[in-house]
Amino acid sequence: MKFGEIARKWLHILPLIAAVLTLASVPQTSFAQAAAAIAPAASVSVTGAATPAADASAATPAAAANSGYTPLGPEWIKGQPTDGHKDLLGSMTFQKQYSPIGDEALFMHDIVLLPLITAISLLILGLLFVVVIRFRKSKNPVPSKTSHNTLIEVLWTGIPVVILVLIAIPSITLLAHQYDSPPKNALTVKITGYQWYWGYAYPDNGGFEVISNMLPEGEATKRGEPEHLGADNRLVVPYGEPLRLQVTGADVIHSFAVPSLWFKIDAVPGRLNERLLFIKEPGIYYGQCSELCGARHGYMPIALEAVSRPQFEAYIRSKGGTVGGEAAPVTPAAAPVQAPASAVEGAPAAGDAPAPAATTA
Amino acid sequence: MATTADTFQAHHEEHHHDADHKPAFFARWFMSTNHKDIGTLYLIFAICAGIIGGSISGIMRAELAEPGIQYLGWWVEFMGGGPADFDKMGHMWNVFISAHGLIMVFFMVMPAMIGGFGNWFVPLMIGAPDMAFPRMNNISFWLTVAGFTSLMLSTFFPGGTGLGAGVGWTVYAPLSTTGSVGPAVDFAIFSLHLAGAASIMGAINFITTIFNMRAPGMTLHKMPLFVWSILVTAFLLLLALPVLAAAITMLITDRNFGTTFFDASGGGDPVLYQHLFWFFGHPEVYIMILPGFGMVSQIVATFSRKPVFGYLGMAYAMVAIGVVGFIVWAHHMYTTGLSVDTKMYFTAATMVIAVPTGIKIFSWIATMWGGSIEFKSPLVWAMGFIFLFTVGGVTGVVLANGGIDDNLHDTYYVVAHFHYVLSMGAVFSLFAGFYYWFPKMSGKMHSELLAHIHFWGFFIGVNVIFFPQHFLGMNGMPRRYPDYTPAFEYWNHVSSIGYVIMALSMFVFFANVIYAFTAGKKAAPNYWGEGATTLEWSLPSPPPYHQFETLPVIEDHHSHHDAITTTPGAAH
Repeated sequence: MKFGEIARKWLHILPLIAAVLTLASVPQTSFAQAAAAIAPAASVSVTGAATPAADASAATPAAAANSGYTPLGPEWIKGQPTDGHKDLLGSMTFQKQYSPIGDEALFMHDIVLLPLITAISLLILGLLFVVVIRFRKSKNPVPSKTSHNTLIEVLWTGIPVVILVLIAIPSITLLAHQYDSPPKNALTVKITGYQWYWGYAYPDNGGFEVISNMLPEGEATKRGEPEHLGADNRLVVPYGEPLRLQVTGADVIHSFAVPSLWFKIDAVPGRLNERLLFIKEPGIYYGQCSELCGARHGYMPIALEAVSRPQFEAYIRSKGGTVGGEAAPVTPAAAPVQAPASAVEGAPAAGDAPAPAATTA
Repeated sequence: MATTADTFQAHHEEHHHDADHKPAFFARWFMSTNHKDIGTLYLIFAICAGIIGGSISGIMRAELAEPGIQYLGWWVEFMGGGPADFDKMGHMWNVFISAHGLIMVFFMVMPAMIGGFGNWFVPLMIGAPDMAFPRMNNISFWLTVAGFTSLMLSTFFPGGTGLGAGVGWTVYAPLSTTGSVGPAVDFAIFSLHLAGAASIMGAINFITTIFNMRAPGMTLHKMPLFVWSILVTAFLLLLALPVLAAAITMLITDRNFGTTFFDASGGGDPVLYQHLFWFFGHPEVYIMILPGFGMVSQIVATFSRKPVFGYLGMAYAMVAIGVVGFIVWAHHMYTTGLSVDTKMYFTAATMVIAVPTGIKIFSWIATMWGGSIEFKSPLVWAMGFIFLFTVGGVTGVVLANGGIDDNLHDTYYVVAHFHYVLSMGAVFSLFAGFYYWFPKMSGKMHSELLAHIHFWGFFIGVNVIFFPQHFLGMNGMPRRYPDYTPAFEYWNHVSSIGYVIMALSMFVFFANVIYAFTAGKKAAPNYWGEGATTLEWSLPSPPPYHQFETLPVIEDHHSHHDAITTTPGAAH
C-alpha cells in the first residue's frame, strides 16, 4: 500500500513542480510588458508639460478640483477580506490576488502546499485510527516486541527529505521573484509608518507627503467602505507598471501589508526597505498595520488605490506635485506636516480631525 | 516487575526508618531542597499561572467575539487606570496579549514541564536520590516566583499610553524603549531576567544530575526518553537564555542609561534586537515542546505494552531538533527586510526541522503498531497530541516558505500555528503527563471517566478556537488586534465559542483533582501495569521522601532499554 501511494504522490507532484516553474516565468514577461507600457505613459507627461498654462494652474487648489482626478468609488473595492456571513467558503482562504507575485504564491499554496499538508495530516489521522481499531487490547491481547526496522526508519527519513526538496524548488523560485529589483525608471513611493497613521510620499513627483488616517466610525459605512479599513487619503499609484515601494518607520516598527497583493514589509525606523510591487488592475486594495506598534495598532489601515497612468498624474497634479520632467510647483504648499492625529484625546478613530490632505515634505 | 519493586522497597524501608522523615511545614515548602517537593511547588505554581494566563485569553476571546470594543474600558478602570479613553483601552489590550504570552511561556509551560515533571521524574528515572544541587534547585523555583511577581507588578505601573507593559511577549524595540515610557516595561524585562536566571540554574542542575548521578548500569543509551528530552532541553536553555539576557539587558540600558543599541539615531539597529531575541526565541519553542515529546514517548510505550520503536532514532531526533533549532531563528523575521539569500537560507534550514519531527511522529505510531493498547487517559491525551502537533507542524512547513510567509506573517494563521504546537502540543503533553504521573505524585487515583470527559471537552474546545484562526489569517486578519472589520466576525465568533467549551472542560479537570484528593483510591506502586517499566514505578506512590539511598542497579539482561528492572543495591 505504501509504495503505490508514494508513487502516485510523486506522479502528482512532478507536474505541479513543472507547472510552478512555468508559472514562475510569467511575472517576468509581464514586467517586460509593463516596462514597455511606461514609454507611452511618459509621453503623456511630456504632452502635459507642453501646456504650461494648464500645468501652472494645477498647483492651485481650484485647478485640483477639475484636474481630472476623482477618487475611486466603493464599486472599485477589490482587495478586502471576505465576509464569512456572506461567503463562508471564500472567508476560509486567501483574498483574491491582484499581483503576479500573488498569483504565483497563491498557486504555490493552493496547489502545492495545501494538498500536501492535508494529505500528511489525514495520513497521520488514518494511521491513528488503524492503531485504535486493530491494536486495542481486546483485538490484540499479545503485544509484539518489535522495536526496530531499519528499512522503514530509512524510508520515513528519506521520503520527507525528498518531499521537502520538492517544496523548496518552487519556494526558492518564488522568493527570487519577490526580490526582483524594480527597473530604474519605476515610480518610487516612500511609505512611512507613524504612531498611528501612514504617510505616503512621492519623491519622483515633487516629494510631497500625503497623510492617511482611518475613517472615523460610521464614516466608512457612509462612503460604502468597510469599517476599520477605509482611510481618508488613499495611497494612489498607477496600475500595470512596476512600482518601487520604499518603507520606513518614523517612531516604532510598523508593517505595511496588503493581503490581496501578497505584499508585506516592515517599516523599521532607520531602515529603508525596498520592494517591487506590480498591480494588475485598477481598484481599491485594503491592508492593515501588521507589526505591534502601540495603543492604536489596530486602527491604522492601508487603503491603496490603483488607477490608470493619466489618472495618477492628474492625482499628482491635484496635490501640487510634478510629473516627469516638469519644473517644481510654483507655489509649494507651505503647511507644516500635519500634527499626529493621535494627539486628539479619546477619538475613536485617528482620522477625526480633518487636516490638509497634502503637505510638502 | 512489580514484585521486584515491592521487594526492593520493603528492603529499603527496613533499613532506613528516616526515609520518610519530613521537615516541618515552613522548612519543607519554603526552604525545600527535595526534588519532589520542589517539583510539586513548580506544578502548583504553573497551575496558578496557567489559571491567570488562561483567564486573560478568556478576556481576549470575549472582546473578540464581536467587532467593536466591549470590555476593555471596564478593565482599564478595574486595573486602576482611571477613566478609560481610547488609547488606554488599546493599551490595555496590548497588556493582555503581552501578559498572556509571557505567562504561558515563562510561567506555565516551562515551570510545569521542566520545573515540575523534570524535577519530579528525572532523578526517579535515572535512579538518583535527588538533584545534583538541591539548594540551587530551590533558588530556581523562588526566582521564578519573583519573576512572576515582577510581571504582575508591571501591570500597575505606567507603560506609555496606559498602565502595564503593552509590548508583546517579544518586547520589540523601539516600542519597548522609546515607545513605552514608564517603569512597567522595566518590571516586565526584570521579570524575564529573573525567570531566565532561574532557568539557567535549572539547566545546569539537570545537566549535572543527568551526567553524574545515573544509577549503576544506567548508561546514556538506556536512559528513558523523558530524561533524554530534559537533557536536550537543558542544553538549549543553557545556550539560548544568556542571549535573551544580553538582549533585554541592552533594552534596559537603552531605556534608562542612554545607550542606543537598538536606536538607529544613535547608530544602533532595531532589527538587531529581533535577531538576538529570536536566537533565543526559536530554541525556546523547542524548550517548550521537547519535554512533551519525552513524556509522550513514555506514555505511548507504557499503554501499548511495547518498547519505544526506534529508541536511538528518537533520542537523536531530539538532539537534531535541538541543534537545528539554533540555526533557523530568522524565519520569525521574514518581513523585516532580510536579503534574498538570507531568506532563502532560512527557508531551507527551517524545512529541515520537519525531518526529525517526522521521525518522532512516525516512531510513536510505530510504537503503538502491533501493541496491545489500553486507552487510559494519558494515552488519549498523548494521541491527541500526536495528531494536533502534526497539524501544527504542517502549517509550520507552510510558514517556513519565506515567499508564502509574506502574506501570513503576523496574521492569525501564525497564531493558529503556534497554538496548535503549544496550546495543543505542549499543553496536551502536559495533561498527558499529569494524568500519567498524578497518582504517582499524590498517591491517589484520579477518575478515568472525568479525565476522558476533560479530554474530549478540551480537544473539541481548542480545535474550535484555533482551527478557524487559520481562515482568519489567510483572509488577512492581523495579530494583536482588539477590534476588526465586520468581515472577520464570523470566524472570530466561532473561535470565542470554542473558548467556552475549553473553559468548561477545565472545570472537569479541577473537579477531577479535587475528587482524587478527597475520594480517590490509593494508588499502587505500578498502577499502569506491566507496560510501565521505568524506575519510578519501582517505588511506592507517592515515593518515600528520600528514595534510592541505596542505588538501584540496572541489569543488562535484555540488552535493550525497554525492560529496565531493578535490584536492590548490592553494596549495603
